[in-house]
Amino acid sequence: MASASDKSSRNVSGLSSRAAWMATEWIADLGALVVDWITELGNISLFAARTARWLVTRLPRRDTLLPSFYQIGVLSLPVVALTGTFIGMVLVVQTYVQFRMLNLETRLGAVINMSLVRELGPVLAATMLAGRVGSSMAAELGTMRVTEQIDALTSMGANPIHYLVVPRFLACLLLIPALTIMADFMGVAGAFFYAVWLLDIDWHHYLVNSQRFVGNFDVFAGVFKSLFFGTAIALIGCHRGFHCDPGAEGVGRAATTAFVASFVVILLLNLLLGIMLDGIYYTLWPEAPKIL
Amino acid sequence: MVDIANNLKRKPLVELVGLHVDFEQHNVLRDISFQVNRGETLAVIGESGCGKTVLLKAIIGLLTPTRGQVVFDGRDLSQLTERELTRQRTRFGFVFQQAALFDSLTVAQNVAFPLREHTRKTTDEVRRIVVDRLAEVGLPESVLGKKPAELSGGMRKRVGLARAMAMNPEIILYDEPTTGLDPIMSDVINELILNTRRQHPATAVVVTHDMRTAQKVADRIVMLYPLARLREDQPQIIYNGPPGEIDAAADPRVSQFVRGEARERLMEMRGQNGGTE
Repeated sequence: MASASDKSSRNVSGLSSRAAWMATEWIADLGALVVDWITELGNISLFAARTARWLVTRLPRRDTLLPSFYQIGVLSLPVVALTGTFIGMVLVVQTYVQFRMLNLETRLGAVINMSLVRELGPVLAATMLAGRVGSSMAAELGTMRVTEQIDALTSMGANPIHYLVVPRFLACLLLIPALTIMADFMGVAGAFFYAVWLLDIDWHHYLVNSQRFVGNFDVFAGVFKSLFFGTAIALIGCHRGFHCDPGAEGVGRAATTAFVASFVVILLLNLLLGIMLDGIYYTLWPEAPKIL
Repeated sequence: MVDIANNLKRKPLVELVGLHVDFEQHNVLRDISFQVNRGETLAVIGESGCGKTVLLKAIIGLLTPTRGQVVFDGRDLSQLTERELTRQRTRFGFVFQQAALFDSLTVAQNVAFPLREHTRKTTDEVRRIVVDRLAEVGLPESVLGKKPAELSGGMRKRVGLARAMAMNPEIILYDEPTTGLDPIMSDVINELILNTRRQHPATAVVVTHDMRTAQKVADRIVMLYPLARLREDQPQIIYNGPPGEIDAAADPRVSQFVRGEARERLMEMRGQNGGTE
């Protein structure tokens, strides 16, 4: 009997030491992850500071800037316009039945257009840009890193940040508002088309309600947010490319992490900026109706 | 005045003083010290992974050494501001192992890149220099509009050499210029290195593991040995002398490399396998 209880107590102590060991491992892993995040945040901040310094000292030549503007702005237009149109239409499809039951279908314009210009337009334009441009920047710069093209630039006395990052950054920052406005416009147009032509909602009341509830500030809020999204996409994409691990696997990982990280940052920024802009709105117009 | 000028000329162009390069836990170079004199072509040889390319990148400041100094023309690179370092780099030409041509630019734009970045030459002048440099490496004008992906490995290397020569550099660094080429093209590159030297009297550092290249182009050879195979107290430079004497070097590690004998290494590998099995 004594030996059996000895055995069980040994088992218990074995289990508890194992649990303690697992807990320590888990805490160590968590700690390592936090340290990695903080290091990465520090690295990307330094990267942003270096980019900002080049932005104020000397801008790249026109023939360096234009290809980036074309690649990022012009070639992204179709996909952004398409996304906007379909999102506008699907919003009508999803909300129509509920509003119809309340006989409020002419109010659809207000709800849909508000969500389009404040949230969906900017966020979707940014998401498409992160997918189309952010990951391709990471892959392109990553390949340049791996094939020593970035070293070649440096060895010829050209600064890689100035030559490679600044044009992409400027293109993202300056063209994302235009892409957002495009997504907004196509979404509004798509929703209008679906509501008025296909669901036979009275167009006059649809428009009047939209105009009453959606103001300039809402359009501005969406475009203002997009500037931050553009900054995040360019910095994360370029940074991932510059710090790419060697080999095809490294380039692939850089492209994927660039998209995932930009997407998460876009959502986070969207929440923070949404709260901030709401605060500004109610400071400027205290008499405006509040939800709570 | 003449004395000062002569003294300046006699001073080495590049001087490495106690250079150490570590990557995280992994040491690559340890206490490397040697000089590259003006007008001299120095070959740095050694087996793969002994830190030759790292050494070359440290000389041009692409890598910051963990300890020690790289002195270029009397100035310690680590003491220079970014702008000064950039200016100094225009005095270098770097021929990369895989050429490292910019894929998005044509051959002409690649060769013209440093000229457009650092000079105010007109488009015609730039084009003339580009055509001249390409002719020097035996490439016709028809390649001007091609993208690097359309060229063969040997052609890419030659474009890389033409690009490195665009600014008439004072020192050219060659990273494995003949690796991955057939024997004929390797010899063409060797001839081009010699030809470049005749046409533009520059200092050169050639990193290679090709003994034919080293013996053909170099005035002096420095041989590095991988740190992983050395004890703490053994020096990493195992030969520093003229190419003519390397065959008769007393160190068996040097003569084995020169003759390309793997016998001892194979025995060692077998021994390791036996130990683990």
